Amino acid sequence: MSETEENLKKPKEPLFSKKNKKLITDPLSDNNPITIQVLGICSALAITVQVEQAFWMSISVVFVMVFGNLIVSLLRNLIPSRVRIIVQLVIVASLVIIVNEMLKAFVPDVSEKLSVFVGLIITNCIIMGRFEAFAMSNKPFPSILDAIGNALGYAWILLAVAFVREVFGSGKIWGYEIFGSNLPGEESGLYEMGYMNNNLMILPPMALIVVGIIIWIQRTQNKDLVEEH
Amino acid sequence: MAINKDGNAYTFGFSIALVVVVGVVLSSLSIGLEPLKKANVAVKKKMDILSAIGVESTRKNGEELYKEYVEDSYVISTDGEVQKDLPKEKTAFYLDVKKQYRDKNIKPEDRLYPIFEATKDGNKVFVLPVVGKGLWGPIWGYIALKDDYKTIAGVSFDHQGETPGLGAEIKQDFFEEQFEGEKIAKNGSYAGIEVVKNGSGTEPQKVDGITGGTITSKGVEEMVNRTMKVYQKYFSKK
Repeated sequence: MSETEENLKKPKEPLFSKKNKKLITDPLSDNNPITIQVLGICSALAITVQVEQAFWMSISVVFVMVFGNLIVSLLRNLIPSRVRIIVQLVIVASLVIIVNEMLKAFVPDVSEKLSVFVGLIITNCIIMGRFEAFAMSNKPFPSILDAIGNALGYAWILLAVAFVREVFGSGKIWGYEIFGSNLPGEESGLYEMGYMNNNLMILPPMALIVVGIIIWIQRTQNKDLVEEH
Repeated sequence: MAINKDGNAYTFGFSIALVVVVGVVLSSLSIGLEPLKKANVAVKKKMDILSAIGVESTRKNGEELYKEYVEDSYVISTDGEVQKDLPKEKTAFYLDVKKQYRDKNIKPEDRLYPIFEATKDGNKVFVLPVVGKGLWGPIWGYIALKDDYKTIAGVSFDHQGETPGLGAEIKQDFFEEQFEGEKIAKNGSYAGIEVVKNGSGTEPQKVDGITGGTITSKGVEEMVNRTMKVYQKYFSKK
């Protein structure tokens, strides 16, 4: 294909072409930021004790990631290459501060639940990783799709781990008791029969173990993901 | 003239422009949202005080219920004397006890202690703020004392960043409800509350700690006892 032909073809590329769809679907499974790229592990560890916190964290990350990728992509031809990392850091930090301020002003209850963890979004390496690897060299629209894909890939792992940890660690989902009450003296449901919550589930190491199990399942499903040694 | 994007001038120019833009956006956002944030914090404080006397409120009716229940508030010193003619930021509601606890320049004996007098079901209740240290950060709360000055009517605790599922459970009802009816004085002198390992909390002056949240539980014990001793000085004079 000659260059002119390619240039002519480009504007006709449909909004959701195969390539663009892949930007969203890839990070959900075969190129998941947590389980395959092993990024963002620290927050997967910190805020997956309860589903509710993981949910609000995911929403915040989606926001920061989409706007961050968009801004970086719009500025990609202006950002001086020698200071690009610090510029990306300034962008992600500003977006996180905006999210935090908005939460505090308009949904104070959510802000209280997330407490210090909103600030930790800045340290989420997935975000900086996507800025540097994708948004710096791609147009705004694909960058938005890439951000949505990666943020959702991060979100579902977070929610899955939080689900396992909350169910077995506290016997609850989104704060609702599912196995009955385990208050001392007034046990009901499973607890009456002697069931006990697994406290190890609440401790951080268990998050790594659960993520490890997800990675294991994923690799048995798709042998291409297994590295040759 | 084409701009050299790798040159120092461009790099500096871009960085300065970026910082100025970001600075202006963030500071105007922060200043713009300040009244909303302050109002949220004030309502939350009223909700916490109401929660200690067993009145559940929402952000919507917190303000109203606070006016209905809380009748008087004043500040005492560590010797138990009521302080008068204080500047606005040191009056009971506006005094930031957390900041005061954290501030190393304020000596422990110079700290001020607010008291909120409320009436619930015809009985007078004294709501007393407490501040202390958890495992990861500050913990705080309100303790409501009945008008015999020694029986706890209710408590509400909160924390900044205790471990969810462990230390963070101090704000759950099952933990807070244990304090109801406990007596902090015995034979006329201060007796204190002890947070113990699961099981023996049914004895007087003992409450069950949180499994896996020992440091936070002990933090609650320290915070309650240290602060209640001061308030006891005031109440013993009454």
